[in-house]
Amino acid sequence: MNLIAKPSKENIKTYLPIGVVLVTLSFLDVFVNAFFDYNLLGFLPNQISYFSPLILGFIGFYLIRIEFSGVRSLDILNKNINSNNFNAFLTLLTVFIIIKSIPPLLNWFVLDANFLGNSKDDCTGDGACWVFIKVWFNRFMYGLYPDAEQWRINTAFLILFVIVGISFFVSSRLKKYFILFLVFIYPFLGIELISGGSFGLKYVETAAWGGLSLTFIISAFAILFCFPIGVFLALGRRSSLPAIRYVSIGFIELWRGVPLITVLFMSAVMFPMFLPDGTFIDKLIRVLIAITLFEAAYMAEVVRGGLQALPKGQYEAARSLGMGYWKMNLLIILPQALKLVIPGIANTLLALVKDTPLIFVVGLMELAGMIGLAKTNPKWLGMAMEGYVFAGLVFWVICYAMSRYSQNLEKKLSTER
Amino acid sequence: MGKIIELKKVNKWFDKFQVLKDIDLEVASQEKIVICGPSGSGKSTLIRCINRLEEHQEGNIIVDGTELAENTKNIEKIRAEVGMVFQQFNLFPHLSILDNCTLAPIWVKKLPKKEAEEVAMRNLTRVQIDDQALKFPGQLSGGQQQRAAIARALCMEPKIMLFDEPTSALDPEMIKEVLDVMVDLAKGGMTMIVVTHEMGFAKEVADYMIFMDEGKIVERAKTKEFFENPKSERTKLFLSQIL
Repeated sequence: MNLIAKPSKENIKTYLPIGVVLVTLSFLDVFVNAFFDYNLLGFLPNQISYFSPLILGFIGFYLIRIEFSGVRSLDILNKNINSNNFNAFLTLLTVFIIIKSIPPLLNWFVLDANFLGNSKDDCTGDGACWVFIKVWFNRFMYGLYPDAEQWRINTAFLILFVIVGISFFVSSRLKKYFILFLVFIYPFLGIELISGGSFGLKYVETAAWGGLSLTFIISAFAILFCFPIGVFLALGRRSSLPAIRYVSIGFIELWRGVPLITVLFMSAVMFPMFLPDGTFIDKLIRVLIAITLFEAAYMAEVVRGGLQALPKGQYEAARSLGMGYWKMNLLIILPQALKLVIPGIANTLLALVKDTPLIFVVGLMELAGMIGLAKTNPKWLGMAMEGYVFAGLVFWVICYAMSRYSQNLEKKLSTER
Repeated sequence: MGKIIELKKVNKWFDKFQVLKDIDLEVASQEKIVICGPSGSGKSTLIRCINRLEEHQEGNIIVDGTELAENTKNIEKIRAEVGMVFQQFNLFPHLSILDNCTLAPIWVKKLPKKEAEEVAMRNLTRVQIDDQALKFPGQLSGGQQQRAAIARALCMEPKIMLFDEPTSALDPEMIKEVLDVMVDLAKGGMTMIVVTHEMGFAKEVADYMIFMDEGKIVERAKTKEFFENPKSERTKLFLSQIL
């Protein structure tokens, strides 16, 4: 049976070079095929030529799978991507798919794409028409906010970034005041600046707000409010007082059980019918309240998970030191429980940010909504792809930044050793 | 010496199961009492009733002149005066040892931070882990953690200390360092109620021994008499098994 000896340390001198050549050949074949549209092994019959890289690579990987070869890099390679036939197969498939998908993506995004010009007619290539994004960029960022007043949004966000930036460098004693300012004063200051109506600023109605700035405004307010409400609901659901417990359970289950789109629709269309005549609550505020309460219900369950994960001894130790309910929860229980559920909190908040496009049902248009509007413009028909790819990228950047921040926070707060 | 703890006809049930049956107990100030007995005999429940981590359903518990009842403020006041040490240490893992010790004095007793830290360092020195003050509980050995937990309780300057099997979760070689701290505390005149199986410790410091079984106090006697001449058959059997 031993027609071919099993690859081992004895025959490494013959097998390793042959294996490496075969694997290289298989990658080269796919690469040349993908980038230059030329089939290296085209002389072979059709079916075999199609699978040839897979077969060559597979044999190559088999030959170099030498246990305890003594070559460090080879051992690492074998352990991680070539530990058995099945893994070798998966490795090959993954690499091939990656190589194969680069050229079309590159073509669409860059090589065949158009960047210059002012109208759809300037887009002559087969690739993406980034002119669309360029021309509409202002609208995607600010919605229908008047051009002359856009500096106000810029200023509001600039102030935010500067304050956050400074707060990273000040001492921890000053930091407390920065955070208090950011949480309790800045949001209202920023809204005042953007909505105007006082200090000689022109009033801009919220229906004109939109684009990415609206995404940020809604996300920021909803995050700011849903977090404390969620924590209270979580505590309420575990309260020993039946009234508080049942109210919390009812609230959570009601809001969790309804789709967000329904909640938004009701907040915008049905809610005003119940208000007495003459009272008016701005649509944006109603939507904000709806999103906040909706996400608070989710947040409550995430936090409750953390509360339940804490050993009973922590509660008893806190109480045995004479702490009352609030001191126990604020000083002992919540700091630990929240730290435990940072991944879950990040999850909920990411979902919140990505839920904001749903406000289109009430006629508010943030980034995705503005793109939806722009793509139906008669002069720019057929630009949906560019628009939504752009929206996807922007959302991904925001969400990835949040995710990284949550990971850092986890590391920073870890006191396990 | 005046009575500092008084239990009168205390009864307690978990659902239908009666864990404490007609417990009568008086503890004078500065007395040291060791409670022993088989597991499930209600000894932990008894001392947890004294600072109301468990609620009793019948009878009266009077601690330092205050009756333990529904009134929350009373309970918090009692708890601040009664230190408790747990089998599982129950240090706060998110805080350093020093912060563990200063948290309650600052927030419950409203001590200024600096003063609280001085008190904490004094107590940490007393239990000989002042060099670990800035570490987190997870970085300490079991014995060190338990000593930190004792220091944390002492920082509230309690009149009474309750110990709920303080050495049961420790490796054998760490038991002694914790018992040494407790002996030192006993000699300093603290009122102590200790649930433990460490009979060597009991012989050394206890004024009275209490033997519990099936929710009842079976025997209460001076330490010497308890070990040399136990009256009840149940006590004799228990002692013959653990000594």
